[in-house]
This record gives sequence, structure tokens and C-alpha cells, in this order.
Amino acid sequence: MAVGPASIARPAPVAGRPATMRGLIEREGVFSWLMLAPGVLFLLAFVAYPFFYGIFLSLEDRRVASEGVFVGLANFRTLANDAVFWQVVRNTFMYVCVTTILKLAGGLAMALVINQQFRGRNLARAFLLLPFIVPTALSTVAWMWILDPTFSVVNWLLVHGGIISSGYSWLGNASLAMWSLIVVNTWRGTPFYGITLLAGLQTISPDLYEAAAIDGASTTQRFLWVTLPVIKPVLIIVTMFSVIFTFGDFQLIYALTHGGPANATHVFSTLAFDIGMSAGQLGMGAAVALSILPALAALIVVLTIYLRRE
Amino acid sequence: MVGGRDFFARLRRLYLPLAVFVVLGLFPFYWMLITSIKPNRELYSQKIMPLVVHQPTLKHYVDLLTETNFLTWTYNTMLVAVVTTVISVVLGTMIAYPLARLRFPGAAVVAIGVAATYLVPQPLLFIPMADIINRLELGNTLTAVMLTYPTLLIPFSAWLLMGYFKSVPRELEEAARIDGASRWQAMTRIVLPLCTPGLLSAGIFAFTLAQNEFLYALIFLAKSEVRTVPIGVVTELIRGDVFYWGQLMAGALLGSIPVAIIYSFFVDYYVAGLTAGAVKS
Repeated sequence: MAVGPASIARPAPVAGRPATMRGLIEREGVFSWLMLAPGVLFLLAFVAYPFFYGIFLSLEDRRVASEGVFVGLANFRTLANDAVFWQVVRNTFMYVCVTTILKLAGGLAMALVINQQFRGRNLARAFLLLPFIVPTALSTVAWMWILDPTFSVVNWLLVHGGIISSGYSWLGNASLAMWSLIVVNTWRGTPFYGITLLAGLQTISPDLYEAAAIDGASTTQRFLWVTLPVIKPVLIIVTMFSVIFTFGDFQLIYALTHGGPANATHVFSTLAFDIGMSAGQLGMGAAVALSILPALAALIVVLTIYLRRE
Repeated sequence: MVGGRDFFARLRRLYLPLAVFVVLGLFPFYWMLITSIKPNRELYSQKIMPLVVHQPTLKHYVDLLTETNFLTWTYNTMLVAVVTTVISVVLGTMIAYPLARLRFPGAAVVAIGVAATYLVPQPLLFIPMADIINRLELGNTLTAVMLTYPTLLIPFSAWLLMGYFKSVPRELEEAARIDGASRWQAMTRIVLPLCTPGLLSAGIFAFTLAQNEFLYALIFLAKSEVRTVPIGVVTELIRGDVFYWGQLMAGALLGSIPVAIIYSFFVDYYVAGLTAGAVKS
């Protein structure tokens, strides 16, 4: 780091160049930009550049290991006429919407449960967060085995519990596969909502509840008129983050179903991977990936504005 | 009688729902564990009750460690996670510090830019990134992931640290400056030590996210010797034949342990990080 040695320099014996160097570095603007430069340059090179390069790629017919040909919006036109692409749009929205509702409801319930006084609360919190911190691909293979067509423990429990007569193919049937993904994503993501909402709940002063109780508010009323308004900002931020990242989810789906059976669980990211990487059509793949941009950009803009206002 | 009613109320509002969350949350881990120590004849029989182990064995672990590259993958994962964590926390600090504490031209643009890079999801970038890594001839090297993981981790670390840096009173720094400390000294000797919890949070988070990364590793690391644990487990331990589940679960469990250990030591810092910035999942 170039800033270090120069700025530690003792007061210069002669008021010459070292003093002005130090003086320069000590200026707020100069020091700030010296500090920022490495990180900002890195992000420009490895986030901003790929982003714009991706837009450029999406306008080309570009295969791996060959020159690209500029084709304008042809890739997007092809996608617009592709039934699989529209199925992917529907799948993604279903996946994002349903998991968000479930995670929000489950997370709120989890937060309300842990927010009570009991022994071992910190331990419970630590254990409940485990699904979120363990590498997703690894917990997903455990779910693959739990949902195995022949040896599924869920089937075993349902059959031996007398609920069904023969096991389901959880990942082999089109609609069951989507629901399986939703369950696994919800399992993994609920603790994130639960623990962050818990932090929100803990900021509520007990006085507020007492005041509400004195005024004769029921439990439900206290929840609606005290709890919810206080945690609303946390609720909104957590949900927006989660929606943005669920839109970009890849590994859970790739590991569990690869988008199958028959595209039933393909989402933007897995389709882009199949076309761009497996089939080597970089241009078309980039176009698929970019198609989520409008929805995502809207979300990101709303969230950024909201965060800056907070 | 009143005590009894209290107990039932508590059972209904606390213990029962808590038990449901714990059982649902932890069952997959229990299942990983018992699958990994069951002999094959128990695993692949529909007659034997599957919820417990009848004759435990360590065969799957021995096979995993001797017949596959699991140890190499573990080494790769650790190396990449440590290097990218250090890079990300250092560069994240250098971005967050001026943004949080100094006034300079362009601050607003940089702040918005960092927030935007934090929110841009990976699927939007991986295809152009693959082409860039190819052109740099970095395919099948750990350098490829060491260069790309920080794109996810730096914005997050910067975001998280800004909050901590803002919380240090300005007077402390000013007093040091009046005593002749340079800006660099004021930062490294006054502000950063006070923000140790924030640096720990950022580091632990970056480390777990690096261990969790999948997409870039999948694209850039096609040779077994350079793979990370998640990629190795998903691409190599899932094989054509059916009888691989014991080894697969052993791999999944062992691969989860480093993160779980770090997490168990620093759970409070982890939760602080989680709630400070909401997190990329």
C-alpha cells in the first residue's frame, strides 16, 4: 500500500518535497481516492466491464471459440418466439413469488417464537440458522436423497403413516418437482428472514406493548398495530433482498433438478447456463440472462431509493 | 391450576412451534449423518426402518477419503476462501472508510455504484465472465475463482463495514489528528481497532459465502484436481450407478463442517453481519 510509508514520514527536516507529498496525501479528496482506487478499479474491471460486455454479447451470434457476428436484437426475437423461454419466465416468477410468501410467513413465525424468553434461546437461534449457512449445493444433495424416487424417506413416512399407498416421484413429476424446489428453497431461506426479523423485533420497546395492553389491545391487535409498524422497514428490506437473490438463484436448482423434468423447473439462470455454457451459444445465453434485467432493475432501483431514504 | 394453564399456553406458543422449526430445520443434517454411516444393505432396502442406523460403519468415509479427490477439493476450497476473504475485507475496508467518514468529490456515485454491484446477481455476469476468463487463459486455475469471488464479496464487505465505520465518534479521530497523526494512522490505529467486530463479521461472512459459491467454480474449474468441495461433490460423487449415496452424504457432511465450526465460534458476529446488511444468498 503506497499510502502507508509516505504518510508515516516524520515532519520533513526541510520544508521541501516530502512535506508537500504528505500535504497532498493528507488532503481529504486525494486520500479518499487513493484508498478507493484499488477496489473501484477491481469492480470496474470485473463487474462493470462484464456487465456491458454481456449486453454486447447478447447482440451477437457468438459461439464458443469462434468470432461473433453482430445480429442486433435477433437473439431476443428468437427467445420471444420460444415456448421454452416463456415457460422459464413463468417458472421463475412462480418460484420467486411462492418461496417469498412462504419464507416471509415462516420467518415471521420463527422470529415471533424465538423472541419469547426461554432458556437456550441463543442456542436455538444458532441451530435454526444452520440451513442458511451450510453450502447450498451440499444441503441440496441431502434433499436429493430425501426425495429419491425409490428410497425417499418422505415416501417411507407417508406410506407407513397410511397417508398414501405408494411413493411419489418428487423430482420426476413436473409439478411435484417445482414444489420440491420451492420446499428446499424455503427450508434454506426461512432462517434468513427469521433471524433478521428477530433483530427487528428486539428493537421494540416493551413499554409499547404495555401501553397497548393497558389500552385493552388483544394479542392480534398488538401484533397489527405495534409489532408490524415497527418492523416494517426491516420486513421490506429483507424481502426485497431475498427476492433479488432468489431471482438469481442457480445452484439449488442446478443441483436438485437441472431444470428438469422436461424444462418444468428451468429458471433464467439455469436456461442461460444450458444455452451459454453447455451448448456454447454465448450470445443467446447472454440474451437469456439479460432478460431478467427489466424486472430486476425495477427492484434494485426501488430498493436503492428506499435504502438511501432510511 | 393457573400454573398448568400457563404451561399449556407456553407449550402452544413456544415449545411446539419451536420443536417444529428445529425438527424441520435440522432433519436434513440428521439424514446426511445417518446415511453416511449406514452400510449399503441398510441404505438400499425398503424393508429396514430407515430412521435409525442398525449397524453403523465408517466405510463411506474411508472410501471418500481414499478413492476420490475429496481432500484436494477441501484444500482448494480453504485456500480460495481464505485468499478471497482477505482480499475482500482489505479492499472492502478501503472502499468503506472514505465513503463512511470522509467528504470527497464523487462520493455519491461511488456509493451508488457499490450498492448496485452488490445487487447485480451472478447469472447476469457469468457468461461474459466465462469469456473473459478464457481470454485471460485462466480456465482450470484457482486464480480464476480468486479473481471472481471478490466481485461478490467486496461490495458486501464494504456495505457492512460502512455501518461500523460511521458509528465511531468523529472526535476520537480529530483528537488523534490534532496530535499529529496522519489520516492513515488515524484510520489504522483509531478507527479500525474500534471496528474489530465489524471486520470479524465481514470476514466470517466472506468466508462462508466463498465456501458456498457454486456457479463460477462450476464454470471455471472443470478438472478434478482444481475443483472445490461443492463442485466435486455434485459433479463427481453423483455417478451413473445407484450405490453412491453413503459417500455422497459423507462428502456433504464433511464439506459443511468447516463452515459450521467457524460459524459456531462467531455466531454473534455472523448474526450481526446478517442483520446489518441483509445478505446475498
